[in-house]
Amino acid sequence: MAPSFILKMAWRDSRTSRMRLLLFSLSITVGVAALVAIGSFRQSLSQSIDDQARTLVGADLIIESTRPFTTIEEGFLGSIGGAQAREVRLSTMAVFLGRGTRLVHLRALSGDFPFYGKMETEPAEAVQDLRQGGRAVPDETLLFQFGAAPGGNVSLGGRDFEIAGALRKVPGDASASASFAPRVYIALQDLPLDLLRPGSVAHYRAYVKFREGTDVAQKIAALTPQIRRLGLEFETVDKRKKDLGASVENLYRFLNLVGFISLLLGAVGIASAIQAHLQQKVRTGAILRCLGTSTSGIAFIYFIQASAISLAGALFGGLVGIGLQRIFPSILRTFLPLTIRNVIAWWPIVTGVLIGCGICLLFAVPPLLRFRRVSPLLMLRSADARVETQSFARDPLLFAAYALIAASITAFAIYRSETWLQGLVFAVALGVAVAIFAGVARLLIVSLRRWFPLSWSFALRQGLANLYRPNNRTLLLIVSLGLGTFLLLTIHLTRGVVMTQFRSIGRNNQPNIFLFDIQSDQKDAVAALVASLGFPVVQKAPIVTMRLSEIKGRKSSDILADPQRKIPEWELEREYRSTYREQIVETEKVAAGKWIGRVDYHSGDVVPISLDREIAKDLGVNVGDELVFDVQGIPIRTRIASLRSVDWKRFQTNFFVVFPAGVLEAAPTFHVLVSRAKTPADSARLQNAIVSKFPNVSALDLAAVIQTVDSILSKVALVIRVMSLFTVAAGLIVVASAIWSGRYQRVEESVLLRTLGASRRQIWQILGAEYFLLGFLASLTGTGLAVAASWALVTFVFKLSYAPTFLPLLIATASATTLTVLIGVLTSRGVSSQPPLEVLRAEVG
Amino acid sequence: MCAGLDLPTSGHVCLNGIALDEIGEDERARVRNQLVGFVFQSFQLIPTLTALENVTVPMELRGDRTARQQGLELLERVGLAERVSHLPTQLSGGEQQRVALARAFINKPLVLFADEPTGNLDAETSRSVIDIMLELNSDSGTTLVLVTHDPEVACLTEKTIRLRNGEMVQDGA
Repeated sequence: MAPSFILKMAWRDSRTSRMRLLLFSLSITVGVAALVAIGSFRQSLSQSIDDQARTLVGADLIIESTRPFTTIEEGFLGSIGGAQAREVRLSTMAVFLGRGTRLVHLRALSGDFPFYGKMETEPAEAVQDLRQGGRAVPDETLLFQFGAAPGGNVSLGGRDFEIAGALRKVPGDASASASFAPRVYIALQDLPLDLLRPGSVAHYRAYVKFREGTDVAQKIAALTPQIRRLGLEFETVDKRKKDLGASVENLYRFLNLVGFISLLLGAVGIASAIQAHLQQKVRTGAILRCLGTSTSGIAFIYFIQASAISLAGALFGGLVGIGLQRIFPSILRTFLPLTIRNVIAWWPIVTGVLIGCGICLLFAVPPLLRFRRVSPLLMLRSADARVETQSFARDPLLFAAYALIAASITAFAIYRSETWLQGLVFAVALGVAVAIFAGVARLLIVSLRRWFPLSWSFALRQGLANLYRPNNRTLLLIVSLGLGTFLLLTIHLTRGVVMTQFRSIGRNNQPNIFLFDIQSDQKDAVAALVASLGFPVVQKAPIVTMRLSEIKGRKSSDILADPQRKIPEWELEREYRSTYREQIVETEKVAAGKWIGRVDYHSGDVVPISLDREIAKDLGVNVGDELVFDVQGIPIRTRIASLRSVDWKRFQTNFFVVFPAGVLEAAPTFHVLVSRAKTPADSARLQNAIVSKFPNVSALDLAAVIQTVDSILSKVALVIRVMSLFTVAAGLIVVASAIWSGRYQRVEESVLLRTLGASRRQIWQILGAEYFLLGFLASLTGTGLAVAASWALVTFVFKLSYAPTFLPLLIATASATTLTVLIGVLTSRGVSSQPPLEVLRAEVG
Repeated sequence: MCAGLDLPTSGHVCLNGIALDEIGEDERARVRNQLVGFVFQSFQLIPTLTALENVTVPMELRGDRTARQQGLELLERVGLAERVSHLPTQLSGGEQQRVALARAFINKPLVLFADEPTGNLDAETSRSVIDIMLELNSDSGTTLVLVTHDPEVACLTEKTIRLRNGEMVQDGA
């Protein structure tokens, strides 16, 4: 058969349906737009990271210690040369006189840091002013919270500072990192020594900028062994870039998979539209077959049409995606420590469009394969011409097409996931979700047929019967609508449950204020002051900071260097804040071994300690295993005597490692005290009293923690919600195009009904009943699945108890149902007003 | 079945020496395109194609570049020179059937199968359609197999076979 005929026929045949086909093509626009936007955003981000690499750190090298640099370390730092700056970082209370107090992250700085990039302040000269001494530059949000302004005062560690300006941006810091404890910069020479008592948790940093012309990578490689030998931590531009790159890659993978769901929905929409289109073309197909067109020729004519609508939708999606990529920098701004430039990246656009087109064509293949079997005999029959569904056994090509679709989706998911297992899990989970929705749709159709409510009104019965009559859209609508509802509601419910749990922590007379950084000589006086103000002393605990240096005879540094290791890096590198006590407390239970409360310790003894069960699992240790801790320079050999299961949800002092009494008493220690304030005013009164008498003591209010968690969760939820909206938008377009594709059939039915005497009102009632039932059942299924998914997330990931609120469930079901009815009714406009003659004539022709 | 639209459950169907039941579906499609013409009671024009495009489909399927010229000539012969760009919905029943006739003859078929060609037409239009069909038939030397309930139309043929309930009851000249 002549190829030119196929092309000509594809074009001519689309003559009366081009607008409708273009509308169908919109189904994939949203999905492709999501992929293009995410891909372009990633490209912009990667380029920004490359461009601004050095400003991510502000220096070539940062060396950090949890104690003041020793003489040897200072000698080493001096030998490095180049320009250097020093900083001490610690948590303390900022007091805005008469306005309140808040825990802040104090940074005392000397030298010309940042060497790359600049600190942004308002006014700009505040950075210079602070180096002159006596001035502080707090975070803009902190000033806003207390209504303070440049020129005012803030008290830190018992010393007053003039506010030089508001801090907006520091190279390398994401603004979200400041939400827990806002930053305050002062000059290093102004740092109140009261804040640096033994045991205080402070970080000492040296920022290094190598001389011009130095090969930075080579220099750092040469310095690394010495830095490690001194037990110091360090950070470089490359390391930060790599970490950030990995985070960006994870974020990209996640967003991309969510975007892919929108694309899949769109592809299902295209496939369904093609099927509806082909259903109307059965007679044309039969005529062409009769006149001598081959089976492949028939399939190719409509394959070309499917290609054209896929390409049109994908190209439009590419354009929309270019515009949409601008939204990602704004919603992710607080998480990213750099400014993102918007660039038009061609590669993500090309791949997005190609993937969109490819996936749509794959989905269009099954209906096309069925259509090629259209029989020329249909020419002799005047009854409704339909393409019969073929079984896989009769048509192996159809089976191959479905297998190819499944394989492509899985391959894409694996390609976009960090591990092949994650990709496989994603593909399987998606398959299960779709199978559940499809199963519900099938169950609905079967149930309706079996238990059809004959006593219902005519309109309701007609609406209901439309759900299972030939060419129904039940399956497609339930899958697309249900999936959208499911995704949005799962995120909403999970966040809701997690936040409810957090908020309930401080209720029922549970403690809600932490006082920490209390020196040993202050602990009794602080406790007395708390009690004299009428607040309970719920718990007191000494804290000694230490690092894990050996696990079962193997050095932590060796384990860290082992590429096969399973222990998370943070557990090997972190500073353990451990306590010592004789008794077990109410938030923990001994899960294995024996609790030992006190020992008679002599230097070099092996100390029996108690470990949190979860961290023991991560470290791969059990009762009887040995760990060595470096307690501020002194190695202490320990043996795990017991494992505890700890209720971390309680706002109390809980510890990974608990030593028995009699070992750490002489080590540099600070203390924490836990209390309860009934109202925010009481909390402020207690904090003010403590800070004014003990400036080095810091207070942490549970309300501030909840606020921080909530704001971070809200930001994360916003990102996910934006992605889910893509899915919902794709779902809605699919719904609209699915309803539109069934429109001709509806017009025919309504004309026949009107010919037989049905009023317009009755026709609208029938349509309304059909869309109401579809929307209601789809959203109900989506809601049910969302409850199950959020339960699983809350129970297994967040490890909290599950108690959903019902209002969001009602709202989700009601709004999805209303939206479906609205779209259905809007798309069906004109169905009841088509002139019968036109339809009847078309029927004959 | 004789046109290769259906297959026998038993026995054989041969057309111009080709055993239709022994070849594949695509082979039968080629036979239909090259040897057979069709005229149906309900016209069976492709609704999205113009009159001319409908007529030229069988030739275009073969890649014949003279299709347009031949299509225009045939439409002129059936009296539709002024209606070549019209879609089927813009044509009357008689006009649609004349387009179908032009389409049936464009590939110069050996056999033309006409299934109740006047079943959907009024008496006057029927007469003109039959006249055109017979004229084209005699000009092109095609074997015409005509199925009809109309005895007047049947009288115009050279041989009549009468069927009742699927059984042949009379085979006469």
